[in-house]
Amino acid sequence: MSNDEAQTTGANILWQALVREGVEVVFGYPGGAIMPAYDAMPAYPIRHVLVRHEQGASHMADGYARASGKVGVAIVTSGPGATNLVTGIANAMLDSVPMVCITGQVGSALLGSDAFQETDITGVTLPITKHNYLVTRPEEIAPTIKEAFYLARSGRPGPVVVDVTKDAQQKACHPVFSDDPVRLPGYRPDYSPLPEDLERAVEMIHRAERPMILAGHGILRANATAQLLELVQRCDIPVACTLLGLGGFPATHPMNLGMMGMHGEAWVNTAIQEADLLLALGMRFDDRVTGKLAGYAARARKIHVELDPAEINKNVKVDLPIIGDVREVLTQILPKLEERRHPGWAARIDDLKGDSAVRDIQTLPDAGRLYAAHVIHDLYKLTEGKALVVTDVGQHQMWEAQYYKHDHPRKLITSGGLGTMGFALPAAIGARFAQPEDEVWVIAGDGGFQMTACELSTCAQEGIKVNVAIINNGFLGMVRQWQELFYDRRYVATPMRSPDFVKLAEAHDLTGLRVTKREEIGPAVQKARETPGTVVIDFRVEQEDSVYPMVPAGADLHQMIRRPERNPMQETGEDP
Amino acid sequence: MSMQTRTFIVYVEDLPGVLNRVASLFRRRGYNIVSLNVGRTHEPGVSRMTIVVEADDDMARRIEANLYKLVNVLRVDDITHEPSVMRDLALIKVRAGADERPKVLQVCEVFRARVVDVAADSLTVEITGTQDKIDGLVAVLRDYGISEMVQSGAIAMTRGAERAARHPVTPSTPETRQLKVA
Repeated sequence: MSNDEAQTTGANILWQALVREGVEVVFGYPGGAIMPAYDAMPAYPIRHVLVRHEQGASHMADGYARASGKVGVAIVTSGPGATNLVTGIANAMLDSVPMVCITGQVGSALLGSDAFQETDITGVTLPITKHNYLVTRPEEIAPTIKEAFYLARSGRPGPVVVDVTKDAQQKACHPVFSDDPVRLPGYRPDYSPLPEDLERAVEMIHRAERPMILAGHGILRANATAQLLELVQRCDIPVACTLLGLGGFPATHPMNLGMMGMHGEAWVNTAIQEADLLLALGMRFDDRVTGKLAGYAARARKIHVELDPAEINKNVKVDLPIIGDVREVLTQILPKLEERRHPGWAARIDDLKGDSAVRDIQTLPDAGRLYAAHVIHDLYKLTEGKALVVTDVGQHQMWEAQYYKHDHPRKLITSGGLGTMGFALPAAIGARFAQPEDEVWVIAGDGGFQMTACELSTCAQEGIKVNVAIINNGFLGMVRQWQELFYDRRYVATPMRSPDFVKLAEAHDLTGLRVTKREEIGPAVQKARETPGTVVIDFRVEQEDSVYPMVPAGADLHQMIRRPERNPMQETGEDP
Repeated sequence: MSMQTRTFIVYVEDLPGVLNRVASLFRRRGYNIVSLNVGRTHEPGVSRMTIVVEADDDMARRIEANLYKLVNVLRVDDITHEPSVMRDLALIKVRAGADERPKVLQVCEVFRARVVDVAADSLTVEITGTQDKIDGLVAVLRDYGISEMVQSGAIAMTRGAERAARHPVTPSTPETRQLKVA
C-alpha cells in the first residue's frame, strides 16, 4: 500500500528536480496554469526574477546561460505566457544556447478542447527547439526535467521546452529521482574524430602558405581558447572571428584580425578571399559570414571542424569535414603539428591593414559631434576592455564588434543568428546573475531598447545593477543605412521618436544621464559606474552615420563598400 | 549533383508526435517527400518509416544527419544503392459492368492483381508491387474508368539475412560513422 507521507505533488517534484540540476535562478511570470508550481516555489532555494514580459524571461535565461556556461531556465504560464517565449526560444535555437523553458498547460482533461489559455506550445515550438515534452502525469516530471537539462547542454546545445499540465503539478505521487546517466536510445552526442582525418588535417596545415583560422561560437562552447592559442602560435596562422566567436581568441593578440563577414574589416575579408587554407572551427558559414557562396574563398582548401554533422556542406562545400568537439580535435591535433612561419602572408595582411587604417573613423576629428563608434571606443578604453557587454541588434552591435576588443570568452553576449531586437536589456539581466562580479554594460539602439524597455522595471524591483548605453540616433539605423544605400534614401518607417530616456529611467526610480558631446562620455561612464542601481545613458549620436565596411547582400566577400576616406559631414560640421 | 529518388528506412520510437517531428523536419528544410509510410515493427516501441524523397547526394547526407538530430529517431539507413525489395499496395475501384468484367479480370490476371470486391457495376482490385507495375495497371484500367484509388506508399527492405548484423545501432554515413554509442 502506498505511504501517503512519502507522496508529494508534481509541483514539488518540479522544484526538487530543478534543485538537483543545480538551478539557482529562474526567470518567469505566473499565471493560471503554472500557479501550483509557483505556490510550491518558496520552499526551495531558487531565486525567482519576475519579468515584465515573457520574452524577457527567455532572453534572461539565454543571457544567463551564455554568461555562465550553464543551463538557463524560464518558467511561464500556458497560452500567451508560452507564446511570448517563442522569440527567445528561436533566438536560443539559432545561437545554440542551452535553455530549459517550463510552461504551464491546461489540465490534461481539457487538452485539445481550445480551453482558456490553451495553446499547443509543443506544436508551436517543435521547429525551434532541440526537443520538447508534454508532461501530463506527476510521475513523468522528474525524469523529463533530467532529460531536458541533459539535452539542452550536451552535444550542440539548444533550448528544450517542458510543457506541464496543471493536473500534473497538482497530483501527488512517489517521486523517483535517478542518479543514473540519461540514456536516450536515439541521441548519441559524443563524437570523436577519426585518426586518418586528423592526419589529413595536419598535412593540409603543414602545406598551407596562406592559412586562416575562422573561429566561431564553438570555441567558446567547448572552452577551446587555450588550444586555439597554441595552434596559432605554433603554426603562425591568423585568426578571424565570427560575431559569436568574438572573445574566443584574445582581440588584442597580434594574430587576431577581428571579425569577418558583412561588417568585418576589409583586411579580414580580403585575406579570407586570398587564403589557400581555411580552418573553420566551430562555425557554420552563415550567409552573413560568406557573402555570395559561389565566390567565397575560391582559392582555399577548407577544413571544417564542427560538432553537428548536419552543418557539413550545408552552405560551403569543404574538403575535409571533422565531426567533433573543437577542443578535443585541437588537443589531438596539436602534438602532430610542427612549427610553421608564413612571413609573406603576414606581410600581405599588414599591407591590407595599412590601407584600412587611414579610413578608420577613430583617426578622424569629431568636429564637436558625437559618433557611435567613438562612444564604443571610449567605453572600451574607460572599462579597460574588461566589461561584460550585452548588445542589441543593429548598427551599434556591429560597431561594438569592431571597436570593443574582447580578450576573454563570455564577455560579449549578442543575438547572432536570429538578430533579435530587444535582446540586450533582458539578456544583460540574466548575465548579471551569472557573473555578479562583472561590470555589465548594455549597448542598445533607441529602437531595440524600446522593444523590451519594460524590463527596467524588473531592474528596479529586483535591485539589479546594469549600465545601459542607448546609442540614440533617432532612426532604426541599420534599416536606414540599407535605405540610404539600396533604396535611394527613401527613409520609410525608420525615423523614430523616442521618449525622454533620462525621464524614463527616473520614472523607474533609476538614474538617467544624457551625453551629446564626446568629452561628456568619460564623466557619464564614470558616474554610471559609481551609481548604485541601473543607470541609463542616452547617447545622442550622429543621425545618419553608417557602418562600414559593408558587404552588400548577395555580393562576393571582397566586394565591400569601404569606409569613405573623408566624411564630408565631419569636415563641414553642419547638420545634414 | 543530380537529383534522384532516394529511399530511407527510418527507425523511430513509437511515441505520440514523432511522425509530426519527422514531417516537420522535411517541411522546414524544403525536402520534397515522394512517399512516406509508417508502421510498427516486430520490436515493441519501435516504428519503421520508409521515406522516399527527391534528393542529390549532398542533400541525402544532410537529410540523414538532420534525422539523427531528432531525439526520437533511432536509426537511419539510406538504402538507395543497396539491393532491396520495394513494395507498394494499391486498391483500385474500376467501373465494370457484366460486359467489361471478363476483360478487366483478364488484365488483372496479367498484372497478378487480385479482385477483392465485386459489385453490380464495379470491381475492386488489389495490386502489390513496384510503382512501375502499379502505374502499368492504372494505365490500362483507366480506359474502363477508375472511380476510386488509394496507395499505401512504398515500403522497403534490403535483401539478405544479416542486414541488422552488418548495421547494428550505429549509423552508416561518413559524417555519422564516428558516433560512439553512449
